[in-house]
Amino acid sequence: MGRTFFEKVWDDHVVADLGDGAFLIHIDRHFLHEVSGAVSLKEIDARHRTVRNPELTFGTVDHVLETVPGRGMTTRMPGGDDFLREFTERIGPHGIRFFDLHDPRQGIVHVIAPELGVALPGMTFICGDSHTCTVGGVGAFAWGVGSSDSEHALATQTVIMTKPKTLRVNFTGQLRPGVHAKDMILALIAKYTADGGTGYAIEFAGEAVRSLPMDGRLTLCNMAVEFGGRTGTVAPDEITFAYLKDREFSPRGADWDRAVAYWRTLASDADAVYDMEYELDCSTLEPQVTWGTSPEHSVAIGGVMPDPAASADPIARTSRQRAADYAEIEPGSPVMGLPITGAFIGSCTNSRIDDLRAAAAILKGRKVAEGVTAICSPGSTATKLLAEAEGIDRIFIEAGFEWRESGCSLCMSGATGGESFPRDARVIASTNRNFEDRQGPHVRSHLASPVTVAASAIAGHIADARAFASKEDEQ
Amino acid sequence: MSMQPFASETGVCAALMRNNIDTDQITPGHTGMKVQKTGFGEGLFFNWRYLPDGGDNPDFVLNQGPFRDTKFLLAGTNFGCGSSREFAVWALRDFGIRAVIAPSFGAIFTSNCYMNGVAPIILDEAAVSAIAGEIAPDHCTMTVDLVRQVILSPDGHEHRFHIPDLQRERLVEGLDAIDATRKRDDQIAAFQTADKLRRPWVYAVEGAAA
Repeated sequence: MGRTFFEKVWDDHVVADLGDGAFLIHIDRHFLHEVSGAVSLKEIDARHRTVRNPELTFGTVDHVLETVPGRGMTTRMPGGDDFLREFTERIGPHGIRFFDLHDPRQGIVHVIAPELGVALPGMTFICGDSHTCTVGGVGAFAWGVGSSDSEHALATQTVIMTKPKTLRVNFTGQLRPGVHAKDMILALIAKYTADGGTGYAIEFAGEAVRSLPMDGRLTLCNMAVEFGGRTGTVAPDEITFAYLKDREFSPRGADWDRAVAYWRTLASDADAVYDMEYELDCSTLEPQVTWGTSPEHSVAIGGVMPDPAASADPIARTSRQRAADYAEIEPGSPVMGLPITGAFIGSCTNSRIDDLRAAAAILKGRKVAEGVTAICSPGSTATKLLAEAEGIDRIFIEAGFEWRESGCSLCMSGATGGESFPRDARVIASTNRNFEDRQGPHVRSHLASPVTVAASAIAGHIADARAFASKEDEQ
Repeated sequence: MSMQPFASETGVCAALMRNNIDTDQITPGHTGMKVQKTGFGEGLFFNWRYLPDGGDNPDFVLNQGPFRDTKFLLAGTNFGCGSSREFAVWALRDFGIRAVIAPSFGAIFTSNCYMNGVAPIILDEAAVSAIAGEIAPDHCTMTVDLVRQVILSPDGHEHRFHIPDLQRERLVEGLDAIDATRKRDDQIAAFQTADKLRRPWVYAVEGAAA
């Protein structure tokens, strides 16, 4: 019997079989950031351990670091300065490559790792952040770990893990104009629930995925963890190779040719069997927006708030009722038209150049509605500079958006950059988590694609971007 | 810090029967993250446990009578989903919780539990609901036996579970994983030597020493 893409990658990384399903797995790339990385490096130092393979390890600052212009090594997050200082002081002596605050390669780990060619197909890639699965978009087997697993990897270049089962998600058909990768993943999670992929190594496949450019694939894989996945990947193809060629840390010359030849062998064999298969038809898919406090609380933009009482399972019913109470939306009422006071485009989910270009096409020549605080934080310093070279920053600023430095920014209240939306605000965001209090105290977060966020910022309420044809198209 | 061994424990069991209790709820991002691995018990379930004025929320189970000494927590599906923050497990552990029992868990959370002497125990939804239904303030003592892999509910019903041998032995003995893996350094070195021939580009990082 043939092997799946995931099984081929897994087999090539087994150092030892530890019995009863547990394995010692080699880590090809380990990325540190200042929150989990500060803790793991502090423990390494306290126990006088050495970093086994510093040349396979990278670091940057993205979480606690502020995104306001003129930022420095202090932050509004209480205790945050300690993370920035300890991480910066401790990483250097270990010989780990570090993209600091002033480095043009600084950015959100999951945005810069593919952008720099640090994450490559067929690699194992970890970081102390749950959205590490993002870089599965380039065909890496990537997953988030805690500080202790990170410490284990620093000391041994391995982690202990149970072999996950495999799940293939077939996205059939082609997306219609105005529908994006974010809509695909939100619809998937809504269809199969937030633990529908729990524990699985998920492979995103099908016609719609093959047509997605790299930025869309990264968005898709980003939210694999919101589906419970251990990892989310897209098997590498010509789009992947073209994206990675000549990136700073991509292989060069004969090494590149050898690497591509190996990567071509990784796609699942025709007779490979997955433990589970799911399907979602993209040809009829509508733009999505969430109403509640879990990414599974998603509906089509023209849809209505579902009735929690309709859930058959009593725990699910209680959970959805609690979410409905938090969201303060009446069952049966439309989600479109809900007034918002905040809009955020950024985060490891949707802050790449394609996202900014698509949002700019909506924003060009228009103004953010009065009373809406609109903020954009590009996913990396390099993305910010590229956007500025294209004049995208001017479009955002003239529309009324704040144009920020790169980092996790307003994705997470208090801890990322030390900022929050004000208490009780209703905001629309291109991020990945609409959890209670995630973006501020009792803040109601609605997740959507960058174009839906841009259109809603202009309208002052949740809006369908397809009604906002680009001004250039109208001429 | 070293892990506290966990062979068989008896204590108070509380039920928090909601699905998708994420690590942002277990330890909200704004609640005193520190560059250390201990001292997070006070922040556990911060937004649910405390009122905006800082006082205890009397409606939250862990503030009620015997449940202030909760050792085992029952929950709905997908407990510990969300952020990888290990602070969530450290907060549970520092509060005194030794095991969480749920139908499913976030994968990263599960791994973090093993690293810190907290047992993530999977039981099917019917079993979790059955135990939750037995609990009352004067009837909440339960036993979790990791050696026999059995839970003895407040009513005395046995529920069997499985934790992979390696992880279970580490929980029972309180063993440090890094020390154990370092003994396999020859195997790791041999793996890398062979792998360099097959995938040289993985190891030939431009300007390797920073």
